[in-house]
Amino acid sequence: MISTLGTALVLGGLLAAAFGAVVGIEGGLRHRPGALRIVLAAVTAFLVCMVGANLTMIYALVTHDFSVHYVSLVGSRATPLVYTVVSLWSALEGSILFWGAILAVYVFGFARAHRHDPPTNPLLALGTMLAVGVFFSFLIAGPANPFGRVSPVPPDGPGPNPLLQNHVLMVVHPPMLYLGYVGMVVPFGIAVAALVRGQLGDAWMASLRRWTLIPWTFLSVGIVLGAWWAYAVLGWGGYWAWDPVENASFLPWLTATAFLHSAMVQERRHTLKLWTVSLSLASFLLTILGTFMTRSGVFNSVHSFTQSEIGPTFLVFLGAVLVVSILLIAVRGPLLVPEGSLGGVASRETSILLNNLLFAALTFTVLLGTVFPLVREAFSGVRISVGGPYFNRMAVPLGIAILFLMGVGPSLPWGRASAETVKRQFLVPAGVGAAVVLVCLAAGLRGGLALLTFGLAGFAGTVTLREMFLPVRVRMREQGEPLPRAVFRSATRARRRFGGYVVHLGVVMVFLAVAASQSYVVHTTATLKPGERFQLGSYTVQLAGLRNGVDPHRRWIAADIQVTDGRGRQHALAPRMNFYERSTDPIGSPAIRSAAFEDLYLTLLAFDQATPSASFNAWIFPMVGWIWWSLPLFVFGALFAAWPERRRVRAGAPERLPAPNEARSPGAVA
Amino acid sequence: MTTITRNRIIAVVALLIAGAGLAFVALSNMGQNLVFYWTPGEMLAQGSKAYGPTVRLGGVVQPGSLRWDAAHTHLTFRVADSDKPGAPSVQVVSRETPPQMFREKIGVVVEGTFDRSQTFTSSRLMVNHSNEYRPPKPGDGPDKWKTTVSAPTAEAR
Repeated sequence: MISTLGTALVLGGLLAAAFGAVVGIEGGLRHRPGALRIVLAAVTAFLVCMVGANLTMIYALVTHDFSVHYVSLVGSRATPLVYTVVSLWSALEGSILFWGAILAVYVFGFARAHRHDPPTNPLLALGTMLAVGVFFSFLIAGPANPFGRVSPVPPDGPGPNPLLQNHVLMVVHPPMLYLGYVGMVVPFGIAVAALVRGQLGDAWMASLRRWTLIPWTFLSVGIVLGAWWAYAVLGWGGYWAWDPVENASFLPWLTATAFLHSAMVQERRHTLKLWTVSLSLASFLLTILGTFMTRSGVFNSVHSFTQSEIGPTFLVFLGAVLVVSILLIAVRGPLLVPEGSLGGVASRETSILLNNLLFAALTFTVLLGTVFPLVREAFSGVRISVGGPYFNRMAVPLGIAILFLMGVGPSLPWGRASAETVKRQFLVPAGVGAAVVLVCLAAGLRGGLALLTFGLAGFAGTVTLREMFLPVRVRMREQGEPLPRAVFRSATRARRRFGGYVVHLGVVMVFLAVAASQSYVVHTTATLKPGERFQLGSYTVQLAGLRNGVDPHRRWIAADIQVTDGRGRQHALAPRMNFYERSTDPIGSPAIRSAAFEDLYLTLLAFDQATPSASFNAWIFPMVGWIWWSLPLFVFGALFAAWPERRRVRAGAPERLPAPNEARSPGAVA
Repeated sequence: MTTITRNRIIAVVALLIAGAGLAFVALSNMGQNLVFYWTPGEMLAQGSKAYGPTVRLGGVVQPGSLRWDAAHTHLTFRVADSDKPGAPSVQVVSRETPPQMFREKIGVVVEGTFDRSQTFTSSRLMVNHSNEYRPPKPGDGPDKWKTTVSAPTAEAR
């Protein structure tokens, strides 16, 4: 019954998507305005079918209907309700199903937002997105069908992967990543429409930018949450390992970030059009590649619990999208002629161009290191991987250069800057950067790369704060506004600028945190009997004893630890091991004592209840928490910049009034 | 040739040179950081070529080879191609505490380097987390895990 309903809904979605894709692309190519109404109906039908199929699956999971194939894979009567619902995306078939629903929601949102536009562009864009929808609903209906029937019906199932049940972050992290991944379909559709028509107007460019910013935000949040999850759950004492699956989410983020910057150049100088559009296509291609790498099990990584046979299907789709993209760029790209030119060497646009080259280089090196082992294994059969040192050695210099440019770009005006302007703009921030390095040296910190990063973070942070608050000061002085109103007005009058700088502050935090936690980590291992202690940094770690416990879905053993910090305060920590009923290996839960500037991180590695004794891994990670504490800045900044403005955008009118500070530097008028 | 065309050519050539430089640096860097996946048998077959590069050695912990010095967190064991007696095996030394539930016959992946003394020095020790679920057997359950490192002495007790 449930199986039939689910399969019917998926097939309905497949039909609606196929029909809408054909009508949309045909109508867009032949300029048939009437087709939009039909495509909108197809989009609605696709949404109803996809969301309906997901609700059907959730119903089957919650009611423990083990006759449904997917429920028999991940369901279990012992699993708490929240993890039962979450197991919708805990394995391959369910996550592709979930994917389809998100896709439908995005396409529907785009259709709603653009239903009153001149219809040709939306028709082509919606047709393209629905064509992607055809692929995903085909996957769900065929190779990755979660609604298959199981006979005989098993009395109970194994439950979702223990790693996914072990931490509440697993409830949030995957949907965020999916929202980021799937959302790249929308800018892809917009970019394809622009290429097919051979024109990219201001209004269409604005929607391309906004629809990239939305998935970019989700992707940023997803990546940071993933790092946090790895840190809080996996217990190896790190947050980023250049694992192929991590790289898979990082690659489209890089190209989307490059896009958000080059879009500004396209908007102000009406140039770099083809490059900007290509970045949109690349972001989508990389999300499909990422999905392939994550979901097909080609990599033997910690994430490869989703092995299946959908790999070839995905590879064909990836090849098709790649060919279509390259053809479009080659054949239609030359039509996107630049209508302006870049300014001088010392200008905002040149620094953004440089930033784009660095992002492209970083994408290239990470992609190379990620895909190379696959290619080599495919051709020579030798299994290798590319070690973390490769990624670090390539990414660290590029990242430091990007941090440097983050201070340079916002300091320079659009167009051309005189030597005098450059000197005036750089003197103070460079001084702050140098002061940061000197203070760190005086405090006894060593290590060239870390100090360089701190100095550049000081430099870029000062520039960012100055650019945020200069307009406020101008308002207070020239219009006599009180501080809160001046802040509010200058922020809301140039929201994208202000939001962008808030995000930049978040990025500075991440850079500081990564440099500090990588360079100044302290690590030890020890075996303790109850009452024994060891010293790590300023902490004294003492074992009180071992303790057993039972939860509904697991049992655990915890080591009770008394930690005394440098100021003599006591903290109780309990790193533990969890035993899930049907998993052969236990899953650890590290215990973390977080403070503003450092984390104490303890994992239970071994225990012997007969002696009794317990062995620990212990780390001190300076500033590591700043990586996840930057999340509010990312979210707030992006939301602030992306929030729709009143009407003006849709009419294609100029989107922003010149901010007060833009008149201050020569050559600022675009 | 107009100035714009000339500038474009210069830009394209500069980009090509930069791209080639990046590719060269990336590839040579990658060559130095390759990690080989070998079983003990495969690694021993490499002869002296196996001395030096980073290797991920995959196999099972040979029964009877596990020595764990808890006081000094010093662990030695042999990794073998399979748990059959006589399978090719390699002596491994690890300064790390053994990972959760390290025991004999368990699948392991050790990352490290092999040297002339025929000892594999591990810098990272991973237990193969098999995610193949199996039906529970009677008496199977967390209670049987009273200790994580089941060295022969502990089992004999």
